[in-house]
Amino acid sequence: MTTLYRLLKYAAILLWSAFVLAPFMWALSTSFKTSNGVTGGPTYLPWLQYEPSLEGWRSLFRADGSGIDIAGPYGSSVAVTLCASAISLVLGTLAAYGLSRFTYRAGFIRNADITFFFISQRIMPPVVLAIPFFLMLQAFGLLDSEVGLIVVYIALLMPIAVWVMVDFFNNIPRELDETAMLDGCNPFETFWRVILPNSKPGLVVAGLFCIIFGWSDFFFAFTLTFTNTQLLPVAVVALNSSVTPWWSLSAAALISVAPLIAVALVLERYLSRGNLAGAIK
Amino acid sequence: MTIHRAKWFFLLPGLLVLVAIILFPLLFTIRVSFSGWDVAQPGLDWIAGFNYTRQLQDLRFWESMARLALLTLASVTLEYVLGLALALLLWREVKAQRFFRVLFLVPMMTTPVIMSVIWRTFFHESLGPANDIAQLLGFAPQAWLTDGNLATASIVIVEVWQWTSFMFLLLLAGLLSLPREPFLAAAIDGAGPVRTFLRVTFPMLAPISIGALLIRLIEASKLMETVYAMTSGGPGTATETPSYYIFIRGLREFQIGYAASLSLIYLVIMTVALTVIAKVLARAMLPKGAAA
Repeated sequence: MTTLYRLLKYAAILLWSAFVLAPFMWALSTSFKTSNGVTGGPTYLPWLQYEPSLEGWRSLFRADGSGIDIAGPYGSSVAVTLCASAISLVLGTLAAYGLSRFTYRAGFIRNADITFFFISQRIMPPVVLAIPFFLMLQAFGLLDSEVGLIVVYIALLMPIAVWVMVDFFNNIPRELDETAMLDGCNPFETFWRVILPNSKPGLVVAGLFCIIFGWSDFFFAFTLTFTNTQLLPVAVVALNSSVTPWWSLSAAALISVAPLIAVALVLERYLSRGNLAGAIK
Repeated sequence: MTIHRAKWFFLLPGLLVLVAIILFPLLFTIRVSFSGWDVAQPGLDWIAGFNYTRQLQDLRFWESMARLALLTLASVTLEYVLGLALALLLWREVKAQRFFRVLFLVPMMTTPVIMSVIWRTFFHESLGPANDIAQLLGFAPQAWLTDGNLATASIVIVEVWQWTSFMFLLLLAGLLSLPREPFLAAAIDGAGPVRTFLRVTFPMLAPISIGALLIRLIEASKLMETVYAMTSGGPGTATETPSYYIFIRGLREFQIGYAASLSLIYLVIMTVALTVIAKVLARAMLPKGAAA
């Protein structure tokens, strides 16, 4: 490897790193500004270019008119995301195991069609479903509630779980099942005692993908909730008006995306061990 | 219990729950698309195909479709090329490899709409750093979000920032799963890095490339939150995507019937286009004779 090539390689890596970090650095700097630091043009360095203040961060924990109380939306987001992801993962994993191991037939419908039906739900643009979901949740009295959002999110997340787990199970040799059956396990015992313990990488990746896409949803939280229930993205975007307090907005944005950075750490561990290949294909 | 009974206990819970959640919305959308439901006259009357013929002449809708095609093509192509380049860079020995791998994964973990709000402040003409950077590189200050073409470019930049990490994840996972033997064989044959990439790495990566491209095309075709947070479709309607336009018609102007017909046509076009693209990609990228 020539020196020039190495130089270019690290230059490219550092350049992309700077691009990835840019919005975070900008938000971090802005979160410590006051209106003086924002309206005078772009500034970056505290003390040198602007007088830092904790106002942006303090405003996140005030419930009166001068700030947003972010604890409530945070709790709602965590609850909705985790519930919906857990239910999607359980139902999706069961269905994926069935689709991977057994043959289903109903008229002209075969396994591949059922798998496609699950995964094709991702093609559905959210905007197609927004109005009927609104009326449906209204009919059940679930509008503006966490339960209503969980129901909707299950439809969004289960396809992801099925997509990851079908491929994962297809890569687990069938001999494993057959040996277990010969040892006298029924299909449920086989699944529970033999297959599941060997499926940790797939389950982790499927679960993390559900959490990422659940946590990231804005559209349904925005159209199906109003005052009782507010999820994090809606609370943050509510700050995005013409007279935006940029400092509160930046602090709120950073605190909202922070927990999922941990997800990146976990995914990287599975990636570097080579465990991910079977899980996403 | 026989396998014949047991197999249904695996499939049915998930399938029935999904059908229960999806079925009503879909049927309702089909029915309401043949009605004139709007603010003035809410209710399921029957106006036959009027919404559909109105839609044929709705230039704003077809322009947004063309714009979506352009946006999707530009951003997904860039994401793929950059994601593949980054995956190749961090595939073999690199200093601080794990740190950079984590860092490059971070954007896909962040909530798109929240990062779009931050990017909106970033691209602010007088108060954001975008024009500082432009001037540093010797360009004149630009109207990033208020000029039609530049606003479209800004949205592509944000999409690429957000989703290159997703391509990177899938492609690096694919690279790490490749067997070693073909590379040894290529090295023995004296193939250089370019030849090895073209003859060995890229073809072996084709199945996962197709998967990654299709997933991103599907997700990108729904683009609206970034538009909503960054430009609200503006200036004028210069950055409107179909999803965003349908959102305006349905949930801002409450033309429920018309929005339903728009969204069904949009859904049909997307499904057909993605199926065709999947076939074309498989034919172009997979080695001859290999199963898709």
